[in-house]
Amino acid sequence: MAVKRLKPELPSADSRWKMVDLTMRRNGYAGHALIETLHTVQGAFGYIDDPAMQFVAQALSLPLSKVYGVATFYHLFTLKPKGRHTCVICTGTACYIKGAGDLVQGLEQRYQVQAGETTADGLLSVVSARCVGACGLAPAAVLDGAMLGKQTIDDLLQKLEEVLDHES
Amino acid sequence: MNLDQLDEVASEVRAADESCRHSVRVCMAASCQSSGAGPVLKGLNQRLAGRDDVRVKSVGCLGLCSAGPLVEIRSKSQAAPVLYQNVTEEDAAELVTSIGAEPAPRLQCPTDIPFFHRQHKIVLENSGVIDPEDINDYIAADGYRALVTALTEMTPSEVLREVEISGLRGRGGGGYPVGLKWSTVAKMPAGLKYVICNADEGDPGAFMDRAVLESDPHRVLEGMALAAYAVGASRGYVYLRAEYPLAIDRLKTALRQAVRKRLLGSNICDTRFGLEIELRLGAGAFVCGEETALMQSVEGERSQPQPRPPYPAESGLWGHPTLINNVETFANIPTIVRRGGEWFAQIGTEKSKGTKVFALAGRIKNTGLIEVPMGTPLREIIQDIGGGVPEGRTFKAVQTGGPSGGCLPKQFLDLPVDYDTLREAGSMMGSGGMIVMDESSSMVDVARYFMEFCMIESCGKCVPCRMGTYQLHSLLDKIAKGQGSRADLALLGDLCEVVQRTSLCGLGQTAPNPVLSTLRYFRREYEDRLTDYNNPGETRAAALSGVVASGGVASGDSAGPGDNAGPGDGAESDGNGASDAVDHAPT
Repeated sequence: MAVKRLKPELPSADSRWKMVDLTMRRNGYAGHALIETLHTVQGAFGYIDDPAMQFVAQALSLPLSKVYGVATFYHLFTLKPKGRHTCVICTGTACYIKGAGDLVQGLEQRYQVQAGETTADGLLSVVSARCVGACGLAPAAVLDGAMLGKQTIDDLLQKLEEVLDHES
Repeated sequence: MNLDQLDEVASEVRAADESCRHSVRVCMAASCQSSGAGPVLKGLNQRLAGRDDVRVKSVGCLGLCSAGPLVEIRSKSQAAPVLYQNVTEEDAAELVTSIGAEPAPRLQCPTDIPFFHRQHKIVLENSGVIDPEDINDYIAADGYRALVTALTEMTPSEVLREVEISGLRGRGGGGYPVGLKWSTVAKMPAGLKYVICNADEGDPGAFMDRAVLESDPHRVLEGMALAAYAVGASRGYVYLRAEYPLAIDRLKTALRQAVRKRLLGSNICDTRFGLEIELRLGAGAFVCGEETALMQSVEGERSQPQPRPPYPAESGLWGHPTLINNVETFANIPTIVRRGGEWFAQIGTEKSKGTKVFALAGRIKNTGLIEVPMGTPLREIIQDIGGGVPEGRTFKAVQTGGPSGGCLPKQFLDLPVDYDTLREAGSMMGSGGMIVMDESSSMVDVARYFMEFCMIESCGKCVPCRMGTYQLHSLLDKIAKGQGSRADLALLGDLCEVVQRTSLCGLGQTAPNPVLSTLRYFRREYEDRLTDYNNPGETRAAALSGVVASGGVASGDSAGPGDNAGPGDGAESDGNGASDAVDHAPT
């Protein structure tokens, strides 16, 4: 017996919740839409926080533990807000062979931030990725969505300086 | 759509092509876009806006990713097309001048090299030729002809028969006979059945599936539709990596166009056969390469593998019979149905038929995508097609099969590449990533790198994989840092075997492969880093000449790493030097 679900009450007037609701509605508020919904949440808000998980759990009639379980299982989902700029270092095999380690280390030294973390001032997140599929451009980095191929640490630091200087 | 209508569309497209004396093809696949193909296309379009004798077309991958952005110009007055490499926005004017005239030598990319003429393209036949965002272009390249012919003139079992005859084996890595898998699903009682396309290319260093989806998405959809017809499925999913935004866009476009032309959806070609395909995005889990894990993910669960049997073919997605194949497998199907299984079976080796797409990367001159017949020797792939290891460096090993594969040294260069030869040599075909390493790569570090990958990607369901990969990584880390003993090395070998034999799914079962293959072929590198292998101050040669047996000098021996480059700095800085060399290597 299909139970007719009522439209869930949105957590706030923020219109981004409507996008989240739309994804769930398209899937008939079925539990299997969980991953799709979390994609939408992260796309809209940048990360998945507790209120979002509670909202999704309620709307899809899933236990909160399951939503939390799925959100933490997959590497792409993040529960912490990202910095204003994001620098992804590809650590796929081709990039590894061509010195991605130097890039990660160099960023760690320069900005005191480990891969997966955000600087204290919230300006820069450093993320390591398992292959962005640009093996022909190894070692590759992605700065705010723009692909940077064949990087040395000096190239990369220079580009980051430009972007971050612009902020201050 | 029937065959006549397909012909009509095809001849319209061809007539439009014919009416232009010149055609300019700009590679708009992800790699070239990253190098700036977008502005190049824009520049060319602006400059050629008023010219009706030139057609500018954005196409998929032209293959030689390391030389991107690539532009190809074809003129009726010239016998061969001219390929330009490393094109920038500023070069657009020069290219426009060269159309129909003398080629611009400064930017020209030689096409008489083995990289171009030694390939045999089936999966990639339209890649770099058609516009991936235009279904009519695909139809003009005989696209959807196999599907329409199958639906109107063949029974499902005839389609299945062609695939069985072709001898095609699963291209995702395992090499399971595709015909056998299909027939298992087909034999299940009629009812709801699913086809799933595994496009979650998790193997780091592999980008074949991405390129196929970006360059020729309709081919994959047509393959899925043929599969669905053969096994009696009516619903399909493409499970695609979220990290491939361009592939997602192109696939969505392709789906929409195919549904609009009634080549997908309900009552395809006015028959009773229908197939609804939905897209599902992955969220970054390597274990999704395992089919039961992938199905869990489609159902919105954590992607943890399930014990088999029951196999997905019997009880898969939501308990229904399910056929799962990889992108490249589906991409082979339209050609097999169109040209016949017999034709396909003539290509390749006795047990591995057809061609295989490889992603060449690492320390190799021509980085990019190639397709060669099964059985092509590694040497031909690496030295001839790949152009060899750049400038003054020497080949050390080639890694195939990603984290599930192994590293093969020089003596295997003459090995004809197919599923079985690679497995016998201790590696595997995998999805087709091929990473070339030179002497600057330490095999212990490479093994540790892959084990770290498997440790992080282990889903945690079964103990051998969850704990085994963790312990293996700790041992490798200890040895790589020059702190391991011979006992550690022995333990490493034993533990590899335990993990291999007792893990639940392919991830754990194959995780030890990179360690085992490097232990087999590069054992010296491990031994060189042990604390108790050499006596202090003794050279390796002396240690090898029989003194080893007496060696009990374990404690406080710092000579471990010895003259071998340390795990960190030495090798890494070498690394940079060489990547520069690649940058400047003439292509």
